[in-house]
Amino acid sequence: MPFLSADEWTAVALSLQVSLWATAASLPFGILVALVLARGDFPGKQILNGLVHLPLILPPVVTGYILLVTFGRRGPVGAFLEEQLGIVLAFRWTGAALAAAIMAFPLMVRAIRLAIEAVDPKLEQAAGTLGASRVLVFATVTLPLILPGIIAGAVLAFAKAMGEFGATITFVSNIPGQTQTLPTAIYAFLQVPGGEASALRLVLISVAVAMTALIVSEGVARLVARRIRGT
Amino acid sequence: MSLSVAVTHRFPGFSLDVAFEAPAGVTALFGRSGSGKTTLVNAVAGLIRPDTARIAVNDTVLHDSDAGVWLAPHKRRIGYVFQEGRLFPHLSVSANLAYGGWFAPRGAVEPGERERVVAMLGLGALLDRRPATLSGGEKQRVAIGRALLSAPRLLLMDEPLAALDDARKAEILPYLERLRDETDIPVLYVSHSVTEVARLATTVVSLRDGRTTRVGSPAEVLADPRAVPTLGIRDAGAMVSAVIRRHAEDGLSELDGPGGPLLLPRIAAPEGTRVRVRIHAHDVILAREAPAGISALNVLKVTVAAVRAGEGPGMVVQLDAGGERLLARITRRSARALEIAPGLACYAILKSVAIAPEDIWIAGGEETGAS
Repeated sequence: MPFLSADEWTAVALSLQVSLWATAASLPFGILVALVLARGDFPGKQILNGLVHLPLILPPVVTGYILLVTFGRRGPVGAFLEEQLGIVLAFRWTGAALAAAIMAFPLMVRAIRLAIEAVDPKLEQAAGTLGASRVLVFATVTLPLILPGIIAGAVLAFAKAMGEFGATITFVSNIPGQTQTLPTAIYAFLQVPGGEASALRLVLISVAVAMTALIVSEGVARLVARRIRGT
Repeated sequence: MSLSVAVTHRFPGFSLDVAFEAPAGVTALFGRSGSGKTTLVNAVAGLIRPDTARIAVNDTVLHDSDAGVWLAPHKRRIGYVFQEGRLFPHLSVSANLAYGGWFAPRGAVEPGERERVVAMLGLGALLDRRPATLSGGEKQRVAIGRALLSAPRLLLMDEPLAALDDARKAEILPYLERLRDETDIPVLYVSHSVTEVARLATTVVSLRDGRTTRVGSPAEVLADPRAVPTLGIRDAGAMVSAVIRRHAEDGLSELDGPGGPLLLPRIAAPEGTRVRVRIHAHDVILAREAPAGISALNVLKVTVAAVRAGEGPGMVVQLDAGGERLLARITRRSARALEIAPGLACYAILKSVAIAPEDIWIAGGEETGAS
């Protein structure tokens, strides 16, 4: 007998899919927002900072409800997306990815922002005097130097996305094969008699995925940091 | 090749109003900290935008506030060597050197230029290393090479030796002299070290409180009693040139100096070499009559050219020695007793051992200040 039943395996695969998409799609925005927060100086910076961190502090069910109201088929953004682009988020895996991305965003931005703040602007200034435009300075100096922070942020966001529960179940519900991710599957198995064995297997997988993600990110970040320091 | 700078800028509590024209060679911006040197080079590099400015290198206008011209720093092609090197830690020495070339116009870095710069700065053994493994002096040499290889119109050096100890300074100074003598890129060199300025500069622009106090050759500026407050009284001293005539067996070198022979500690250079000697003002003793029975070996016949009283008990006397200028720092009391006044013929006495090795160097090819 295989370790996982078909239903359990579906939940694991969907969770990986949702978390990878959530991380990959939000990474460019995460870098951009971290850059703006670390280096920008503009009115309303604190408001942007607050908005980014809001999902960390709000009850996840509130975030899920806001997503449902905004991105649901009758919500302003949801209706627009469906009519103009044919994209439906509510009760689909794409919606689960959106919810996971939003919940993980503060962690991602925090890690990248710390890395950017550790880069000496004098190095970027030196690159400028050597003829590099601002975009090229970012690509050749800033980006390589903040790579460990980006990796750390991405892995942290991935792990958070794997574990996202409240906003996901509120926004896209808990449909097996559609929107049922690891945590919501564990929750569902615990609601039915005799489901403990399935739940335990998924719990073990959750722990393994989280530990692996942390160890891999630590290892990669250390490797990159050593390469960058040049020691 | 020339650099023309006219900048005014107002900070809270400080204003900068400087204008000068610098010919080819090394132009030293000289002054104490707070005199506006770094503000000025940052304006030339485009890192700050002064209130009004006209800055041009040769025929290229970098900033003209009247005409509304302002080039962004990365378009100025100015090689900036910072005090702390600022090498890119994630790149090897080799990639650091290549960095400027990635953005220079095609063909601006001549083929073979890299090999020349690597040889001139002695970087051959460092190319595969990372900045983190380099010593302070090595880092600074790489930083100079990196700036040179960006095909610059002008090199800016902001106290490139200030963060180094004396041994590292002595290691780099010869490379900077080669740079001056072997390339034709004009250099704007910021320093508050009289030794560096005396050795490297072809033109000195001395700054004080945001104003230009003196522009001229190092020999002129350093021997100007009015420049003494800018130089700092401990560092004041003129620079003379002399030719090594003979190395004596007792460890001294005999030189033909201004207004007579000079005896100095052994100089590691062949006979016939022209050297520069910096003589600190506080090492010079004045006498009205030729002294007898004295241990000091050098007695030069001089004429008093100018006298300038300081704020304290001392004063600075400028002396003419065979056409070259010397400075002597004596007390006002001595000056009264000896009746020192312009035109007076007297003797300048100098102990041989007062001249430190770093105050003697081989005259560079482009030096024109004194002969």
